Amino acid sequence: MVAFIVRRLLGAVGLLLIISAVTFAIFFLVPRAAGVTADDLAARYAGKTPDAATLTAIKERFGLDEPITTQYGKFVKAIVAGDTYDTGTEKIDCPAPCLGYSFRTNQPVLDQIIDRLPITMSITAGAAVLWLIAGISIGVLSALRRGTLFDRAAMAVALAGVSLPVFFTGLLGLAFVVHKWHLLPEVNYVGLTENPAKWFASLLLPWIALAFLYAALYARLTRAGMLETMNEDFIRTARAKGLPEKTVVVKHGLRATLTPILTIFGLDLGVLLGGAIITEKTFSLPGLGQLALDGINQSDLPVVLGATLFAALFIVLANLVVDVLYGVIDPRVRHS
Amino acid sequence: MKSPKVVTSAAAGAVVLSLGLAACGGGDDSSGGTSSAKFDAGSTAVVNASDKKGGVLKMAQPDDFESLDPANIYYAYGLNFTRLYSRQLMTYASKPGTEGSKMVPDLAEAPGTPGDGGKTWTYKIKRGVKYEDGTEIKAKDIKYAVARTFDRGVLRNGPSYFTQLLDADGYKGPFKDKDLDKFKGVEVKDDYTLVFKLKAPFAEFDQVVGFSGQTVPVPQAKDTGTRYGMHPVSSGPYKWEGDYQPKKGGTLVRNSNWDPQTDPNRKQLPDKIEVQAGLKAEEIDNRLMAGTVHVDLPGSGVQAAARQQILTNPKLKANADNPLAGFHWYIPINTKNIPNVECRKAIVYAADRAAMFRAYGGDAGGQVSTSIQPPAVDGREKGQDFYTKADVNFTGDVNAAKDALNKCGKPTGFETVMVFRSDRPKEKATAEALEQSLARVGIKLQLKGYPSGTYTNEQLGSPAFVKREKVGLGTYGWAPDWNTGYGYLQPISDKDAIVETGNANAEELDDSVVNGKWDEVVKVQDPAQRAKIYNEIDARIREQAAILPNVYAKSLLFRPTSLTNVYFHAGYGMYDYANMGVTG
Amino acid sequence: MTDKRRAELTDGTVGDSAAGAPTAFLEVRDLRVHFPTDDGLVKSVDGLSFKLERGRTLGIVGESGSGKSVSSMAIMGLHNRRNSKVSGEIWLNGEELVGLSPDRVRQLRGKHMAMIFQDPLSAMHPFYTVGHQIVEAYRVHNDVSKQVARKHAIDMLGRVGIPKPDKRVDDYPHQFSGGMRQRAMIAMALSCDPELLIADEPTTALDVTVQAQILDLIRDLQQEFNSAIIMITHDLGVVAELSDDILVMYAGRSVEQASVEDAFHRPLHPYTWGLLGSMPRLDRDRTERLMPIKGTPPSLINVPSGCAFNPRCAYRDLNGGKSETDRPELVEVEPGHKAACHLPLDRRREIWDTEIRPKL
Repeated sequence: MVAFIVRRLLGAVGLLLIISAVTFAIFFLVPRAAGVTADDLAARYAGKTPDAATLTAIKERFGLDEPITTQYGKFVKAIVAGDTYDTGTEKIDCPAPCLGYSFRTNQPVLDQIIDRLPITMSITAGAAVLWLIAGISIGVLSALRRGTLFDRAAMAVALAGVSLPVFFTGLLGLAFVVHKWHLLPEVNYVGLTENPAKWFASLLLPWIALAFLYAALYARLTRAGMLETMNEDFIRTARAKGLPEKTVVVKHGLRATLTPILTIFGLDLGVLLGGAIITEKTFSLPGLGQLALDGINQSDLPVVLGATLFAALFIVLANLVVDVLYGVIDPRVRHS
Repeated sequence: MKSPKVVTSAAAGAVVLSLGLAACGGGDDSSGGTSSAKFDAGSTAVVNASDKKGGVLKMAQPDDFESLDPANIYYAYGLNFTRLYSRQLMTYASKPGTEGSKMVPDLAEAPGTPGDGGKTWTYKIKRGVKYEDGTEIKAKDIKYAVARTFDRGVLRNGPSYFTQLLDADGYKGPFKDKDLDKFKGVEVKDDYTLVFKLKAPFAEFDQVVGFSGQTVPVPQAKDTGTRYGMHPVSSGPYKWEGDYQPKKGGTLVRNSNWDPQTDPNRKQLPDKIEVQAGLKAEEIDNRLMAGTVHVDLPGSGVQAAARQQILTNPKLKANADNPLAGFHWYIPINTKNIPNVECRKAIVYAADRAAMFRAYGGDAGGQVSTSIQPPAVDGREKGQDFYTKADVNFTGDVNAAKDALNKCGKPTGFETVMVFRSDRPKEKATAEALEQSLARVGIKLQLKGYPSGTYTNEQLGSPAFVKREKVGLGTYGWAPDWNTGYGYLQPISDKDAIVETGNANAEELDDSVVNGKWDEVVKVQDPAQRAKIYNEIDARIREQAAILPNVYAKSLLFRPTSLTNVYFHAGYGMYDYANMGVTG
Repeated sequence: MTDKRRAELTDGTVGDSAAGAPTAFLEVRDLRVHFPTDDGLVKSVDGLSFKLERGRTLGIVGESGSGKSVSSMAIMGLHNRRNSKVSGEIWLNGEELVGLSPDRVRQLRGKHMAMIFQDPLSAMHPFYTVGHQIVEAYRVHNDVSKQVARKHAIDMLGRVGIPKPDKRVDDYPHQFSGGMRQRAMIAMALSCDPELLIADEPTTALDVTVQAQILDLIRDLQQEFNSAIIMITHDLGVVAELSDDILVMYAGRSVEQASVEDAFHRPLHPYTWGLLGSMPRLDRDRTERLMPIKGTPPSLINVPSGCAFNPRCAYRDLNGGKSETDRPELVEVEPGHKAACHLPLDRRREIWDTEIRPKL
């Protein structure tokens, strides 16, 4: 097991290197291929109508004229060995793993990511709890009452949920629940440790909006899985033993249904932890997704790289955790 | 048969309507309003005038300041905001109406005294003005502040007037060499006197000093270079509580070392000012109308949805202002790609001003323009129309356009490219209006949209791009660095202002008459005399058909009823942030 | 074999349900299991009757889809009442199951009647240990602690011949071999000493040597527990090995019921002849070919009119068209031997003796 995890982690490092190189290349080569000059890039970091002296100073400071290999080499070196950054008045140390400095905010990228992480985690965790509870219970009930009014209604809502993007449900929620009916407070992130009640209240709407989409998805998955599982031979065996129906459904049926859902859940969680971009944007929550988006909009390459790497890291880790958990849940995987 | 579309649009309408009602109910509860709180009242007068202290003023913005280092800011809203925590040598008068465009002393005792034919400018600063830590502000701090703007790598966002005007060639800023004596552009006579030394006479030096925060004193020992913007040392009525967190926000609290006796331009009404960055523009509008956010920092007006609600709901409308925003949406006609003035005149003749006016939203969106300089510019005259009519019903003069084409030698018209910002529907509509009206005389426009993020630097703002893509026309809006004819017209018409990237002289005008007047005007000390020359330049540009005027932009600003002392400031083109208060 | 008592078999005619109190341990009367589907009503079991005493074994044979498993599931009460219609009577030890509340049937399941399924790999839950699954079966009917139940499970595993049961009890089904799994399945079924054991193709998935072991095991356990056993199979060899009596099903009905002796040596239904003809035998010359029954099993939605077997019957023309119009009743032609066929009895005996038997 340990060897397996180590092997997977080493693979992840390689993958992250490739992802960073590709991101780097996209950021550097695509604009240049489209005819954007180093001066144009420098101008993106300058105020309006920058003079030539300003552009030269910016190019020099950010190394925009250096070849891509040199720049990428510096990036990788900073991760391994750390880096320093000149503010003009002092040299600030950025210990390894240094993901570089933001051109815009003059902060180490890693600090920014660590600062944003709790927000994205809060959004993801709360929504995940909601969508698991809602999605799975609706899915199970729907499967058990297949073809009934409940099933049809639930699946119709689920279809709508899968089709409706978060920015639609989110904006509708903001317009009605917050601004019209005042049922929930305005969405302003408050740290969990700072004020748990406010944290909960202010994130409830984002959770619901995000969870709605996923709950719909999970309800459909669970329903399909349950329908399949409840036709399995071992369910018939469980019934033949005289087990109460509740035990048959939950202990025997749901348990087997949840295994594939766990895989999907792990990946969904990994993707969202890398930045619940649309939810963060809709509710103006400054999480990792917003950080990445701002980075892209403002040509802030170190931030984009850092955010991309973290997003990739979460997906890789989520995959690993799912694989390890799979062994715990499914004994057949564990022993083979 | 009811189609789903009908239901959807009805539901959407209900959202808008109900939002409006809710917001307005909330507004009634809070302040009760004053008699002056009516539509557009804040454009010319102070609304809810009050000196009542206390409360928390909440400001929000969708993006973030480029920096909070006063010397590293160029956007007007940032410069407006910095006045809350910093004082500069000169500043805009804190007054409604055109008075707001005038420069008045801030740290200085009086406007600068020109010497040596306008090549030196001497300022005496007030005694006893203190930083937030209680130390006194001295002349050397201002010299240091100016010196640091010479490092364009560290302070890259701010204006570069000082590096261009001051006689300090070769100086690279105080970061590479801390010895300030090597900086010859500013001379410190004594603790309270400084002399700026220019390469050449420059008449509007007070404006250069006053429009930006680059003369905000910085104690050299506390300068943190690129990171100074995270916690600039305060000299104004408020100081930062902890560091400003980029993309998130920060809090300003009262600065007890600020002395109102020395500062007629700022008030210190709220106890606290909270700034939130990264709040969606639509959500800011919602919160403005709910009164939970008081100020939309960028100050460019509400979004389309809120605009609709406000203009159709009298209660909301009473809390809105619709001032001229200070800039002009016009159409530069590139003189390199369309060198023949008669061909350019044909474009101006054929343009359907009525359709272009509608493209910008009619009366609430703008005012049909004559001169290039908008009304807020000091000394600006309306002037006379050239080849067009500043009339909302003018649809163009097809016959005159055809005559001009004949004279140009292209009786059947010609083809050219028009660029616009694809993410701005109004600009797209304008380009389409021009495409249609020019097609009537055979001038075929090929429309090309580009993202606004790169448009003014890499497309229309890049002469190389304009040449390569044969761009003849574009959409453009120009806000001046300061409200004089120089601030407005020089960057968009002087040959010397043409730069390789971020070029504002999009018409690439290189007219000997205009260039000559620019060389001459910087030596003229009398503002009225200068204004006369600016108006001549304005007319000359239009006579050369290098710019097709369109509309002076109007913005729709919303002021929650809990906001006091609020008025539109002509210098910044938005509400004055340094004098507001809140009730409740 | 001769000393064995014969199972008493009822005549299976309609209206039998009015026959009053049951006379046997298990008595099935006119059992019908119908499934309404979008294509029509599937009559999987359509009027099945039989009796079975404790200590006896009844083999139910027939092709796939003949209703063997469906009827046994009906006895166990395992059909979903929402998508099936079960009618008729099932008397188990004096209690009528069809009209009983689902919860009461559940309490009987596992305790008084148990079932062994065909594929023990898919029939056991892959995520729980074998021991856990036996413990679960035991504890649902017996109020004992986990420790006691576990001891019982180990004991049961030992009794079905699993070596080192105290170790294997914590293994998962996939860690068992096929035969061991089936033993574990049997241990689970027998954990509450059921009086009725239904074995649905218990050896089909197993290789031949293991098959024999499992059949021996079932026989031994039957003697130990004195259970009644229903052995569902399409393998006549298994029936011959284990059963006292045989019930041949075709298209949801019983076409012949007899002692094993009679069924193998004096079968009286053409379908039974076909089954025997398609059975491989060691004593047969290898050059001769098996004689599979021609045609395919009938649709259970549109069961052929008259004798359901008539489209595949080689002797249908001998009845003057009666086979296509009238359904033959199951009648007792000899004591304890019933068959449903229009052919005159003598003609059947003649055909068996002259045409069928020599070729087997």
